[in-house]
Amino acid sequence: MSMLDEASVADVTAGTPEVIKSKKPVSRFRLISSRLRSTPRFWVGFIGLAVISLWAIFGLAPNAWNYTDLDVRNMGASPSGLHWFGTSDIGEDIYAQTIVGLRKSLIIGLIVGPLAAIIAGIIGAVAGYIGGWWDRAIVWVIDLLLVLPSLFIFILLSQVLKSKSWVALIFLLSGFGWMIMARVIRAQTKSLRERDFIKAARFMGVDTWTIIRRHVLPNVSSLLIIDATLGIGGAILSETTLSFFGFGIQAPDVSLGTLLSAGQGAAATRPWLFIFPAAILVFTVLSASLVGDALRDAVDPTSGVNRD
Amino acid sequence: MIGFIAKRFINYAILSAIATLSAYVLASIILNPASRYLGRNPAPSTETINSILDGFGTNPNTPVIERLWAWIVNLVAHGSLGNTIHNTSVISEMTARAGTSLRLLILGTIIAAVIGVVLGVWGAVRQYKTSDQVISYASFTVLAMPSFVIGILLMITATTLNNVLGIQLINFTGEYTAGLEGGWWVHFWDRAAHLLLPTISLTLMGAAGYSRYQRSAMLDVLSADYIRTARSKGRTRGSALLRHGVRVALIPMSTYFAYSFATVLAGAAVTELVFSWHGMGEMLMQAIQQSDINAFTGAILFNAILILIAGTLADIVYAALDPRVRV
Repeated sequence: MSMLDEASVADVTAGTPEVIKSKKPVSRFRLISSRLRSTPRFWVGFIGLAVISLWAIFGLAPNAWNYTDLDVRNMGASPSGLHWFGTSDIGEDIYAQTIVGLRKSLIIGLIVGPLAAIIAGIIGAVAGYIGGWWDRAIVWVIDLLLVLPSLFIFILLSQVLKSKSWVALIFLLSGFGWMIMARVIRAQTKSLRERDFIKAARFMGVDTWTIIRRHVLPNVSSLLIIDATLGIGGAILSETTLSFFGFGIQAPDVSLGTLLSAGQGAAATRPWLFIFPAAILVFTVLSASLVGDALRDAVDPTSGVNRD
Repeated sequence: MIGFIAKRFINYAILSAIATLSAYVLASIILNPASRYLGRNPAPSTETINSILDGFGTNPNTPVIERLWAWIVNLVAHGSLGNTIHNTSVISEMTARAGTSLRLLILGTIIAAVIGVVLGVWGAVRQYKTSDQVISYASFTVLAMPSFVIGILLMITATTLNNVLGIQLINFTGEYTAGLEGGWWVHFWDRAAHLLLPTISLTLMGAAGYSRYQRSAMLDVLSADYIRTARSKGRTRGSALLRHGVRVALIPMSTYFAYSFATVLAGAAVTELVFSWHGMGEMLMQAIQQSDINAFTGAILFNAILILIAGTLADIVYAALDPRVRV
């Protein structure tokens, strides 16, 4: 499986010089942000994410119902002025439930994405920089985890985590979300390792950990930022799939996954139970992945497999 | 080339074997097979439970390493994967279910790969044109959906279609219509009709991912010098793109295919469950819910073998396309 190393490594430093009329050399940050600003996809995703986040924070305020309220006079009602997204068969307000579920899913996504990226960065950098047996062992564990579909391990481990709070799910999802990025970081580190500035630091007697922290990680940071962004959507997808089958978020907590699971049976007859949470889920993940994709283009417009 | 493929095959085989064994150990540590008997009234005695669990080889009092060794010996010596908690052999359970899963998987993967490659190449050749934008946004949207949402949305569409037409045009619950009378041909059509929606669901997911990847790989190739050379020596644009472009762009795809296959398996398991098929995905989920260690390991072994086959096939394609590994 070593072929992937060559396939997906983006040379971070190889930015095409863009013409910006200025005497001073353009800083990398300004270059990337100027590229981002001219990508329509970035704006679509960014505005989408902003709207969703604001809605998750303030969306409950104008609603008359709380997510635990049961409206016994309107059970199984279709969307109306009173219940914007309709009610479930025991009279729960779907709008309030969707917002509360969205909050939980968003929090999980926003924590798991960056956390998995950090793990990927550290493990990949250690494997690539130290090399030798450490490297072999780490690559081997990564390959193993890629062969075992992580969904199945999630389900197995969730038997233990069921009794714990939903925070445990965050660690579970980030614990298995770092493998592919770690391979990419590892390959990147291997080439960084031979660069003069890292050699210089090494010959000056700087210890390994400091080199990784001060020289390697900053140089792969753009990859990690992209991974963290793309990981948000991936984490939300994993969480909803697990919760859908009853392995993830447990009652009384609500997430988009548990909502979809509850609305699944009535999907054809009372579609509002399913369609609204599903649409919001897709919109959220789509926005996050559009931002991630635009970032990837902006950081590295020449990269092969990731180019757009 | 034979050497290359043999080396890769052995690599995959070791990985699959270790994945299966780790799955066994992990399941043995996490699942508690005694829980099935503990809640009964009247409660069976500890000796009874122990002897039942000893029979399955899943007694938690035996050290995991001993149970693992017994499991391996049983597999090597008798070719048996042990018994499920319903006291049927895991192998017979797997043979009953494997066909169902394989039918969906093989069809879904092949169609997805073909459509994904075609869409990717099309998008790259017509970069930033309307059709490319449509394909891009469509595949982003599909990739943003969990597989069960795709499945259920397809079901809603089919139900609406059936209602509008007033006939049961598309059947989607289960794998076949129970109690259907008729000859071989009727049964064949019935199964094909049931296969339609799950296959579409699996194909959509696969094709969305493959098309993104193929588009990037193709874009890379399009700017290469040898395409211009091929054109300048008199090849038509189509022929140059096909013979020199697509062929080269497929090389990274074959690696990506091997890597993404585990995801496809997980997606297929979810799809099976959503459409209530009695396949390997259901077996795996049920095994975990019922703390059935032997059945779980059997299902993981099935997946590991599929990954082994897919990985080797991808390497064969890789070797066939890339002359450098054949030397």
